[in-house]
Amino acid sequence: MKNEKTLHDVELMSLIQTLVETPGPSGQEHIIREKIKEMVKGIADEIRTDALGNLLCRMGNKKENGKRIMVSAHIDEIGLMVIHVDENGFARFVPVGGINPLTCIGGRVLFMNGAQGVIGAERLDPGIMPKLENLFIDTGATSAADSQVKIGDVCGFDRPMLDLGKRVSAKSMDDRIAAVIAIMAMRALAKLPASKRGPNEVLFVFSTQEEVGIRGATTAAYVVDPEVGFAIDVTLTGDTPRAYKRPMALGKGACIKVRDSSFIADTRVVDWMINEAKSQGIPYQMEVLDAGGTDGRAIQMTRAGVPAGCISLACRYVHSPSEMVDKNDLDACIKLTVGLVSKEVKL
Amino acid sequence: MATQNKVKSINFSLGKKEIDLLTRLCNAVSVSGDEQKVRQIVLEEVKNLADEVKTDALGNVLVTKKGSGPNCLRVMLSGHMDEVGMMIVKESEDGTYEFRVIGGIDPRQLVGKLVLVGRNLVPGVIGAKAIHMTTPEERKVAIPVEQLRIDLGPGAKVAIGDRATFATKLAVLGPSIRSKAFDDRLGVFNLIQLLKHAPANVDLFLAFTVQEELGLRGAKVAAFSFDPQIGIALDSTPANDLPFFEGDEENTHYNTHLGAGPAIYLMDGATIGDRRLVNWLSESADAAGIPWQYRQPGTGGTDAGAIHKTRAGVPSVSVSVPQRYLHSAAGLVRKQDVVNTFKLIHTALSRLDPSILNS
Repeated sequence: MKNEKTLHDVELMSLIQTLVETPGPSGQEHIIREKIKEMVKGIADEIRTDALGNLLCRMGNKKENGKRIMVSAHIDEIGLMVIHVDENGFARFVPVGGINPLTCIGGRVLFMNGAQGVIGAERLDPGIMPKLENLFIDTGATSAADSQVKIGDVCGFDRPMLDLGKRVSAKSMDDRIAAVIAIMAMRALAKLPASKRGPNEVLFVFSTQEEVGIRGATTAAYVVDPEVGFAIDVTLTGDTPRAYKRPMALGKGACIKVRDSSFIADTRVVDWMINEAKSQGIPYQMEVLDAGGTDGRAIQMTRAGVPAGCISLACRYVHSPSEMVDKNDLDACIKLTVGLVSKEVKL
Repeated sequence: MATQNKVKSINFSLGKKEIDLLTRLCNAVSVSGDEQKVRQIVLEEVKNLADEVKTDALGNVLVTKKGSGPNCLRVMLSGHMDEVGMMIVKESEDGTYEFRVIGGIDPRQLVGKLVLVGRNLVPGVIGAKAIHMTTPEERKVAIPVEQLRIDLGPGAKVAIGDRATFATKLAVLGPSIRSKAFDDRLGVFNLIQLLKHAPANVDLFLAFTVQEELGLRGAKVAAFSFDPQIGIALDSTPANDLPFFEGDEENTHYNTHLGAGPAIYLMDGATIGDRRLVNWLSESADAAGIPWQYRQPGTGGTDAGAIHKTRAGVPSVSVSVPQRYLHSAAGLVRKQDVVNTFKLIHTALSRLDPSILNS
């Protein structure tokens, strides 16, 4: 028997679906950015788009004992860029961000211009791992001349969201699910009475070009000049059969990052997050990641340096077209984000 | 069928004066970290043309030339003065020296090359065993740099830390030019030409940068100084356009084609080109009838990689002259590609409007 869906669940699923199914690989964030802008227009006090296309949304003014907090969720996704369409219409490509050839083959892609295609592979000897240069996109074209795509055209994976009850799967959970968390947090903040919103000036940044090297957040952090900040992103898990050993797992709560390959979270920020989760009874788990990087690094290293951390959502199959997250973890991340930014921050 | 170009581009060609400047620039030895020889030429060339010239802490030459209109965009253009090369690390016996490469050089490109070492340009050669003495197995693998030596002969006066580069002299070969260090003396050359023919509608911030080959280091601080609204890196990029030698497959990884015009970047390893700027460049070229091509998206990087991440962010793009045999002793470019690269940049800047940043 299926549980009756709550209003919250319906709102959340519809938001996730809209965000994950909107194409927007790194450098092509204009459509997703405009959608998010529409969503937060009524609730942010000020909205700006900067030179690299980051969307900067301010909520609140800094009051006594308040801080300027940067919360960054990146809105780009991994994708492919065409480098050549051959005489038979097959499009060769390079990755935009980290793409695994194994998750490409047989996949479908959607170009920013609306063209669609499937990914095929050259014949390879048995046991040989395909490389991206062995793959091509077949857009149904019969020649270079009638191809709907050309050099420089960009596509993302094309796959609808799948609601699996407790879990939800989609392409680009990395990092549209963080945009969902940020938007839900903004909505929750806006619903709070003014007296409960805290003394902080909060900059929700929907950043660009994270997947190609944390670029958008680098310049956004310079603009925001925060006193403390954190990224929201997904993290890898170790909870699937014969997985690489990692402590993070779906369903165990919001992940509080201690480290990844790009930075070590400020211990004061880690404590701030743990204390908030504990005081509100929000389920959380510690994240120690052996790889990866997030906008947290950009916040930490901007200007003269900033105490920075990261809230992560445990996610299976990261960078595949079917990433998977847990709905309770998602709620935990939203609550934690709201709790952190709506109170006086004492590091 | 003759077509009418909507925009007239500048009348520019590689005459004796231009070839002479390019020759001096390319023949100068200016390996990353010691760019003084090229810097001297640049300072001499720009001194009577610029509003302001300064050499910054890292050795970049920063040149400002203000436009005359009220709404001039602050446009930074960069060309790097450094080139890949070698550095002496140890004296071996009999006037031979161990060395390391500075920047990206394929070790297979080193054997048998003539080099110049140190500021006194001591001539030498990178030797290797004669074919008579090698086995077929040895000939299948590149000799590691650590096992190669620069042979200067006994009594040579060079020191640990001295830089070296290929001894190639520039030569005009019909429609082509051959030289070392086109990467990026062509960028330096085009920046100087731009100053000589400065469009009045923009504020030009020309950065002759250092240490690009080691990681875009000069451009990073130059962009911080200039704080521009738009960034453009002028560089040189491989033309891997010769046919495959195996099978009859279509070459799908050519990067660029020689003779097909300036290469506009969509994406490399360090930058995603700002699409407004990519389109502005290609539309300018089309309007003026200047041939152009996209550089195939891929890895690598130019000064744009540093510029666009500066301060609050700078929309940036790169344009390169296609070149065969990049980062070797002898690169080869087409004269027309050099001319058309300058024409494209000049034409595009001349029709640049501040509204581009609002689109």
